[in-house]
Amino acid sequence: MGILEVKGVNKRFGGLQALGDVNLSVRENTVHAIIGPNGAGKSTLLNCLVGKLIPDTGSVMFDGQSVLGRQPHEINQMGISRVFQTPEIFGDLTVMENMMIPIFAKRDGAFRMHAVGNMMSEKGIVEAAEKMLVDMNMADKRDMHTASMSRGDKRRLEIGMCLAQEPKLLLLDEPTAGMARADTNNTIDLLKQIKEERDITIAIIEHDMHVVFSLADRITVLAQGTPLVEDDPQNIKGNPKVREAYLGETA
Amino acid sequence: MLGLNKKDTTLLLVVAILTLCAPFILNPFPEGSALAQFNAGYPDLMQRFVIFGIFAIGFNILFGLTGYLSFGHAAFLGVGSYSAVWMFKLLSMNVIPAIILSMIVSGLFAVVIGFVSLRRSGIYFSILTLAFAQMSFNLAYSVLTPITNGETGLQLTLNDPRILGMSATADGSIPVTSLFGLEMRSTYQMEVGAWLFQFNAGYYLCAAIMLLAFYLAIRIFRSPFGMMLRAVKSNQQRMRYTGLNPRPYTLAAFVISGMYAGLAGGLMASMDPLAGAERMQWTASGEVVLMTILGGAGTLIGPVLGAGFIKYFENIFSKINDNVLHSWFSFLPDGLEDFIVTIVHPFIGKGWHLTLGILFMLVVIFLPGGLVEGGQRIARLFRGKKTANTSKTKTEPAE
Amino acid sequence: MDAIILQILNGLDKGSAYALIALGLTLIFGTLGVVNFAHGALFMIGSFCAVTLSKILNLSYEVVDPTKKDFLGNPLKVKMPYVESWFGTDMGAAIIDWSVPLAILFSIPVMICIGFIMERGLIKHFYKRPHADQILVTFGLAIVLQEIIKYFYGANPIPTPAPAVFKGSFDFGVILGFDPNTIIYPYWRLVYFGFAALIIGAVFAFLQFTTFGMVVRAGMADRETVGLLGINIDKRFTIMFGLAAAVAGLAGVMYAPINSPNYHMGMDFLVLSFVVVVVGGMGSLPGAVAAGFLLGVLESFASMNQIKSLIPGIDQIIIYLVAIIILLTRPRGLMGRKGVMED
Repeated sequence: MGILEVKGVNKRFGGLQALGDVNLSVRENTVHAIIGPNGAGKSTLLNCLVGKLIPDTGSVMFDGQSVLGRQPHEINQMGISRVFQTPEIFGDLTVMENMMIPIFAKRDGAFRMHAVGNMMSEKGIVEAAEKMLVDMNMADKRDMHTASMSRGDKRRLEIGMCLAQEPKLLLLDEPTAGMARADTNNTIDLLKQIKEERDITIAIIEHDMHVVFSLADRITVLAQGTPLVEDDPQNIKGNPKVREAYLGETA
Repeated sequence: MLGLNKKDTTLLLVVAILTLCAPFILNPFPEGSALAQFNAGYPDLMQRFVIFGIFAIGFNILFGLTGYLSFGHAAFLGVGSYSAVWMFKLLSMNVIPAIILSMIVSGLFAVVIGFVSLRRSGIYFSILTLAFAQMSFNLAYSVLTPITNGETGLQLTLNDPRILGMSATADGSIPVTSLFGLEMRSTYQMEVGAWLFQFNAGYYLCAAIMLLAFYLAIRIFRSPFGMMLRAVKSNQQRMRYTGLNPRPYTLAAFVISGMYAGLAGGLMASMDPLAGAERMQWTASGEVVLMTILGGAGTLIGPVLGAGFIKYFENIFSKINDNVLHSWFSFLPDGLEDFIVTIVHPFIGKGWHLTLGILFMLVVIFLPGGLVEGGQRIARLFRGKKTANTSKTKTEPAE
Repeated sequence: MDAIILQILNGLDKGSAYALIALGLTLIFGTLGVVNFAHGALFMIGSFCAVTLSKILNLSYEVVDPTKKDFLGNPLKVKMPYVESWFGTDMGAAIIDWSVPLAILFSIPVMICIGFIMERGLIKHFYKRPHADQILVTFGLAIVLQEIIKYFYGANPIPTPAPAVFKGSFDFGVILGFDPNTIIYPYWRLVYFGFAALIIGAVFAFLQFTTFGMVVRAGMADRETVGLLGINIDKRFTIMFGLAAAVAGLAGVMYAPINSPNYHMGMDFLVLSFVVVVVGGMGSLPGAVAAGFLLGVLESFASMNQIKSLIPGIDQIIIYLVAIIILLTRPRGLMGRKGVMED
């Protein structure tokens, strides 16, 4: 029984069957990669997991509870954090403020009015945010405005913000898309480090095989909206079906 | 001090000193001198400065922090005025219950309007708030006449059933508004040489309330709640995927700023107990937007500056007429004098709105950060280029 | 039944004005991506084009009329419009009488010029700025335009009559087989409706059947792609803005006899036209037109005495109420497309 159980999920957009009978099980404390060629339905599947889309049929269970019909912020509160393809951070705020927000959210839930308190005097919050910045190797950028940072730094901050919530499941949507080689390697190292140091389950959608095979414990291959195979990385490499559907042109 | 950091405390103190000494500061020219027309130190105008200051501070909590541009904030001002006048009619001439009621009623109003309008964002939100305000305005003019007294406006009469207090004074006139007996219109006049300084009870009440409102706004700006509001403006998507629901935050900001507007309306009625529907018109909503933008949206002091600036120049410009212009330009040769007067004529007197519109466009086009940004640019020029580069990266978004 | 037809007819002229303004607003949204708060001012300027032309035509000099005497027995001075002295009394009087329809010819170049100047001089620089800035700057412009008009024409409404031929009313009831005098409808309103229908048809035909229109429609569907095709979008934007301004102006010219032009009519109509656009669906031209007529008719139904006595004040708020309900139940409006102004 995995922490995330997707059963029989279907999603149609007009005449297009984006997802057809998807079954997926992500086991706790593993890195599970979902790969597939363009248009395989990876993003649709991800959007169904975080509440942005609602599947036509099927069930998505997280930690024993259904996520279907819940708002994105409620699903997040259940313990799923999402890293976006293009880093989504608070561009007008400083790095420190960016880091404080998820910690407030973790402590207070979806909404609480601290209308007259001084945020910098919230002792536990400031400390936690500073610790997270150190963990992310960003302590020197504490008071910087995020708009002027490099893409790699933005990605690092976004991952840090997600971890600051101490999620049970971290969803990564092509975390290295559009990155230079050096930034990609940094991100891989960061994710490896996270995997080793924290009790966390990671689901990653990725295009870059280098990233997938350096991180994943388990791989699901999607093709035309249906899972083709689910197996360990070494078996995936040799699977002829996968070669045909996806690796065919790259391997 | 008071839970503020050093910079904010200084700002609050400066504003406090300026408002408390306003009767002196705004009256720099001796009575009867040619420049006396530029004085602003009389009660009516000073009251308007601080009341519109409150209005703009409140508007800025919504627009400056969350970026939601409301075009219907005057509705709350109007509602506040009506509630206050009704309190004078029914309960007592004391301003405290009137002000409290105006805040409560406008707050409730804001909850309803905000709940509906905030379901949409961006331009849709602006249009929804505009529609609500126009709707309130139309209702106040027509079917709600029993409550609003329609076109005439709501006024005190000699037979108001005032529970605490009398319907009419002994000499048969309508009683005046007061704070536990201290009449709002009472003014202490101090003559110093050629100068005449006026200290008005109503102004000082408004000023004290404005300082309180300003202090509260600083606290909100610096609070975790204020940070969440800036997060709403910055990236709602990330907010939702961080487990936060943006809507209660925006609604809270909307209600707070609606209550500020109601407070301003209540104070307006406390200074002069009448309320008319024209206070709710879209032009009035536009005016508070103007004040906030002109001063600098998202900054603490900007809205106050903007409100003072607009109300001061409105007053000055409305007073200038062609005779005044002729006397100013009399040093020029006749033809040129007439020419300049003709050019300037459309912008003065009743043409104040034209000047205001042009000013507004210029600010949006060239100085989106308003007067505060203008001030910072000038300060940077003086400090030289080297500091300019470092200060650019470190500018606080909200100061 | 006759009462219902009467209300539908009554709603048509206002609905036509809403539809025309909303059409221009939508064109500007859709192609330029700009929210134009000054669009109502263009409608108002159109109305004042009619006023101006009628004033120009009425320019006159004084002549002594030997046939008439005032009460003291002196010869009476009468005003003689220049047009009458140039074209003869009958022809001149007819020209003056027809000043509103003639103003159409006068207003088209004026409005297109104003549109070009506005787009080139101001709006162009705001394509990449946030919507809030666009709203604010066009709002400022609206104030300026209306104050300029106020400066030159004063604050009072200026009655601008329709040609005498159209002054009467038309007994619609008889044609439809009802009793006489049940459905009376002023001729000019009929003219206005027909005129509006013509303009709307022309705009749609222009967009449907010309290459220019095709590019514009493609641009409304996907702005970025059209830009990438290397089509000179800038020039087309300017023309589009001029066209939208002309449509608003024409709506204003012909509306002058129905509602005596005053300087604040622009904003009054703008607020309602925005509501119309929102109800119709941001970015949908048919939506704007349909919602314009729909709301016009609804408004006139709500002002029926039977309905007003049922729900007092409903005539004042019906449009806003409908808009609020539509926005809450169908956030994209009646015919709105996904993704328009939704960032």
